[in-house]
Amino acid sequence: MTLFGRKTAAAPRTGGGNGVDPARVIHFTFDGVRYPAHPGDTLASALLANGQRLAGRSFKYHRPRGILSAGPEEPNALVELRTGARREPNSRATVTEVYDGLVACSQNRWPSLRMDALGVNGLFSPIFTAGFYYKTFMWPAPFWEKVYEPLIRRAAGLGRAADEADPDLYEKATTFCDVLVVGSGPAGLAAALAAGRSGARVVLCEQDSVTGGRLRAERGELDGVPGWQWARQAMDSLRQMPEVRIMTRTCVFGAYDGGTYGALERVADHVAMPAAGQPRQRLWRIVAGRCIVASGGIERPMVFVGNDRPGIMLAGAVRTYINRFGVVPGRRAVIYTNNDDGLRTATDLAHAGAVVAAIVDTRATQTARATQVARETGAKLFTGGAIAATYGRLGVQAAAIRDRSGRVQHIACDLIAMSGGWNPELSLTTHHGAKPSYNAALCAFVPTTFPPGMQAAGVANGAFTTAACLREGAEQGQAAAAACGFAADLPALPAADAESYGIESLQPLPRDRSVKDGKAFIDFQNDVTARDVRLAAQEGFRSVEHLKRYTTLGMATDQGKTANVNGIVQLAQQTGRDIASTGTTMFRPPVQPVAIGAIAGAHTGTHFKPTRLTPTHEWARQQGAAFTANGLWQRAQWFAQPGESHWRDTVNREVRTVRTAVGFCDVTTLGKIDIQGPDAATFLERLYVNAWRKLPVGRARYGLMLREDGFVFDDGTTARLGPQHYVMTTTTAHAGAVMQHMELCHQWLWPELDVHFISVTDEWAQFAIAGPRARDVLRHVVDPDFDLSHEAFGYMGAAEVTICGGQAARLFRLSFSGELAFELAVPARYGDALARLLMKVGAPYGIAPYGTEALGVMRIEKGHPAGPELNGQTTAHDLGMGRMLSGKKDFIGRAMAARPALTDASRPTLVGLRPVSPSDELVAGSHLLPRGAEATGAHDQGWISSAAWSPTLDGWIALGFLSDGPARHGETVMVHNPLAGSVVAATVGPPVFLDPEGARLHV
Amino acid sequence: MRLNCPCCGPRGVEEFTYRGDATLRRPAPDAAAPDWVDYVYLRDNPAGWHRELWYHGAGCHAWLVVTRDTRTHEIADVARAVDIARHGRENTGS
Ligand SMILES: [Zn+2]
Repeated sequence: MTLFGRKTAAAPRTGGGNGVDPARVIHFTFDGVRYPAHPGDTLASALLANGQRLAGRSFKYHRPRGILSAGPEEPNALVELRTGARREPNSRATVTEVYDGLVACSQNRWPSLRMDALGVNGLFSPIFTAGFYYKTFMWPAPFWEKVYEPLIRRAAGLGRAADEADPDLYEKATTFCDVLVVGSGPAGLAAALAAGRSGARVVLCEQDSVTGGRLRAERGELDGVPGWQWARQAMDSLRQMPEVRIMTRTCVFGAYDGGTYGALERVADHVAMPAAGQPRQRLWRIVAGRCIVASGGIERPMVFVGNDRPGIMLAGAVRTYINRFGVVPGRRAVIYTNNDDGLRTATDLAHAGAVVAAIVDTRATQTARATQVARETGAKLFTGGAIAATYGRLGVQAAAIRDRSGRVQHIACDLIAMSGGWNPELSLTTHHGAKPSYNAALCAFVPTTFPPGMQAAGVANGAFTTAACLREGAEQGQAAAAACGFAADLPALPAADAESYGIESLQPLPRDRSVKDGKAFIDFQNDVTARDVRLAAQEGFRSVEHLKRYTTLGMATDQGKTANVNGIVQLAQQTGRDIASTGTTMFRPPVQPVAIGAIAGAHTGTHFKPTRLTPTHEWARQQGAAFTANGLWQRAQWFAQPGESHWRDTVNREVRTVRTAVGFCDVTTLGKIDIQGPDAATFLERLYVNAWRKLPVGRARYGLMLREDGFVFDDGTTARLGPQHYVMTTTTAHAGAVMQHMELCHQWLWPELDVHFISVTDEWAQFAIAGPRARDVLRHVVDPDFDLSHEAFGYMGAAEVTICGGQAARLFRLSFSGELAFELAVPARYGDALARLLMKVGAPYGIAPYGTEALGVMRIEKGHPAGPELNGQTTAHDLGMGRMLSGKKDFIGRAMAARPALTDASRPTLVGLRPVSPSDELVAGSHLLPRGAEATGAHDQGWISSAAWSPTLDGWIALGFLSDGPARHGETVMVHNPLAGSVVAATVGPPVFLDPEGARLHV
Repeated sequence: MRLNCPCCGPRGVEEFTYRGDATLRRPAPDAAAPDWVDYVYLRDNPAGWHRELWYHGAGCHAWLVVTRDTRTHEIADVARAVDIARHGRENTGS
C-alpha cells in the first residue's frame, strides 16, 4: 500500500492519482529533512504523502497549522522556497510544484516547527484581539517602542525576503484574442471548445500546471470515462485548433479597462533554476474581445472551536489529494458538512481505504444522500450535529461531537474534512467595482453584473453541477465567439453523473457557554476568530469594509478567500441583519499575489529607463570623460587629463582653454525641431514672446517661450535657413515637452496655420566650437568656398554649408560661453568622426574638449539662465527679460504674464552675486537675506540658483533671484546656507560677470 | 485602458499622455482677466461623460479628443483634435 515503505500509520500513498507519475521518484527537503515525491506533486501533496501534517505556525498566536486547501486559496501552508538570492517567502505549498532538489522551509517558527517558543503568544492573546494594531498604538510611545513593537515584530513575521538581488529574469508580453477563457475545468473547457470551433482566437488560461480543474479532483465520469480523461481528450481537441492558445501555470489576476487583462505565467517556478535566458515569470497583458470567467469555486471552512488544527482540511481538498495526487490525508476521518457535496469526501475516503468514523451533518433533516453515504461508508451519522471542540497538540487526534440532543461524544480521528459549501471564485468579475449578489438558495454570493465584455460560467457563475458547468460553458463560449463575429454550433457535450448539493443555510458559530474559551477561526491566515468579529461589531465596526480593516479579516496573501463569507455570516448575526444586506467586501486586483519582480519585468537596474548616448559618447569614453545624467542622456561632464587631481582642476583648465584658445563640446542633446511652411514665422510668433517676422534668412535669434499661465517654459535659439524654413533649438530637459506643446498649439489652437515640424534631435550631431581660435580651427573643416570672416558671417549668423569636401552641414554663430563661437551640426552618423577631426586639426591651436561642468561655469560667468533659473516658477520679468515680451502680437502666455503680480518689482529677480570675502564659497540653494536680518522665513528675500568657481574671475560667482534685484546692485546681502549652517556676505551686481559689452563675441 | 486612435487603431493607454478638459476654448487675446483665469486654472471634475485631450506621443503624435466616462472609463468616441478644431467647433457652439 505504501510506496515509500514508511512505517507510520499515516503513510498515505494509494499508488494512484491522475496527476502524478508514481513510476518516478524525486526528492525535496522541508526544514532540512529529505523526502521523496512524484513528479506532479505539489509541496502540499508531497508533505501529506510523507505524513507531515504540520506546515507552519500562525501569524499572531503561533498555533500549529497544517494544510487547509489544495489550491491558491491556501491561508496556512505558507513556506519559504529555495535559498540565497532565490529565497522566496510566503509561497503557498498547495500550488508549489515539487521538483527534484526543491528546498522549502516553514515560516513563523522559532526555534523549530514542532517546538515553537512563541506559541505562548496564546497567553498574550488578549492583546492580539480585533483592532490590536490600533489599540496598541494608543499606549504610551515608549511602551510601544520598547515592549510591544519588538514583541509583535518577533511574533508576527511572515517569512523572510531574500537578502540579495533577484538573479532571475522577468519578462512582459502582450497578446490579443477574441475570447479569453479563465479556467480549464468543465465550464472553461466547454467554453474553449465552443469558441474555438468557431475559428475565433481563443486564449485558455489555467493557473494550475495541469488542465481539468475539479475534474481531476473528483471520481465522477463523463460519457463513461473518468472526468479527467474526458478533460484530456478535450485538450487534445483544443490543441488541434490553430487559433486556440493554451496557457497553463498562468493566473489571470486582474480585469482592467477596455478588455485588458493581467496574467502571470510562472514559466520556471517549477524547476530548480530557469534555463539560460529563460524568465522565471512572465507578466502578460491579454487584450480580449470577450472574457469568460470559469474560475470555479472555493470551499468554505466550517467555523468551530479548534477548527485550525493540522489535519482539519477542506473536504474538497481531501478529494483532490486522494484522486489527483493519490494521497490519503488521514486514516480515520470525521466529515463535518452542511451540504451533500461534503459527503462525497466520505465516499472517496472509504474508497481509498480510510475509515470514516463519523459524518456530522449540521442540517436538521437527514437527507437521502446522507443516509446512503453513511450506510456505504459505515460512518456514524450525526444529523443536526456539530463539532464542539477538537483535541491534539500538533495535529487533530479527536473531535468532540455534539449530537442534536446536546449530548457530546468524543471520536478519535486524524482528519476532519469540512465543507461549509462553495463560493463562486468571482474575484475577476468585481474588479470594475461591481458587487456580487447573495443567492440565498445557493448560500453564496454570485456575480450579477460584469465588466464590459465579461461573462462567468460554471461554478464561478453559481452553476454547481458538472452538467450545468458543461452546458453553461458551451453556451457562453458560443455566445462570446458570436459577439466577436464567429458563428458555430454548440459542441456535443458529455453526459455527467447526477449530483446533489442540498445546502440550506449558513450558520454562525453558536453562542453558548461551551465555546466561550475556545478559538473558532474564521480567517486562518490572520488569526481572526469568530469572537474577534463579534468584538468588532460590538465596538461599532458594522460595515464589512470596516470589519476588514479593524480585524484584518480578509487581508494578506490569501485576501480572505476562505474567510470572507464566514466573516460576513458572523457579522450578520451580530448586527441582526441578513447576509444579503450585510454585503461583501470588494475584490481588487491581483486575484493572487504577483511578485514585484514580475511587475518590474526587465525594467531593473540600468534597464529601468532607456539611456540616450550622444554621437560622441564612445569617443568621449576613450578620452576618459566622466559622464553625468541629463534626463535620459549621458553627457560628458569633464575630460580629466593626467596630473589633474581634482575635478575642479580639470574644469578650470577646460574653461581657461576656451577663454584663451579653443574648446569644443557636444551639444547634440539640445532639442532640435525643424519647422517649415508658409505660416512658420506666424507660428513662431505665437510660440515665443518676441518677434520673428523680420528675422532674415541666414540669421538666428534667441527666443523665450512661456506657458499659458505666464511663467517661463523654455528658451533657445531658432535660425532661419530659408524663406519658409526654420530650425529651433530647445533646452535638453524640455525637448519632448516643447514638441508636445507645439503639436497642441498647431493641432488644437491654430489648425489653420500652414506649418509642419518634426523633431530632428537625433538626426544631427551638434558641436559648440568656442574660443578665440575657433575660426582658425573651422577653416580646416568648413569647405573654403564659405567665407567664415566676421564680416561675412557675423554673430547670430546661420548657414547651410559643406565640410570636408562636400558633406552637408549646418553652421550657426551662436555662443553660450561668451567667446567667439560656432555651433556646427552634421548628420549624427558623422558626430564621432567630427570630434576626432576637431581634435586633430585643432591641436596646433591648443584645442581641448570640454564637458557640461565647464559649459555651466562659462554660462554663469555670462549670466545665461539655464535649468536652475528656468525652474517653472520664474517669469520673463524675473529673468530680466520682461522687455522681450512683444506688445504687438498674441503669443502663448501673453495675457497671464501681464498680471500685475508677475511683474511686481518686489519679485525675486535675477542678479549676480560675489562673496565679500574671496575665500567664502557660494552654494546653490542658499537663501538671500538683508544684512543683519535673522535667518527666518519672514526675512527671506530670494535664493541662489546657480553657483560656480570662476577661474576667469578667480573667485566664487553665483546667479540668484533677489527681491527687487535690479535696484540693489552694489548692496551687500547675507547668504544663508541652512544645510551647512553658514552665513556669508555677498555683493549684489548684474548677472553678467564677464564681458558685458559682448566684445569677445563680435570678432 | 485602450484608446482607439483614428490614425493608429486601438492602442494601450501607456502610449498616450493625458492633458485634460477638451471643452475649454482659448479666449481672445483681449479677453477679460476672469476669462483667462477660467481657461488656465479652473476645471470641472465631472462624474460621467467628459471630453478630454490626449496626446499619442508614442504613436502618431496626434492630439485626440476622447469622450470618456470618468466613472467607468468607458470610451464613447476618439477623434483627432485637429478635425474638431477645424470643423467641430461650429457645431459645439463655441
Ligand atoms: Zn495615433
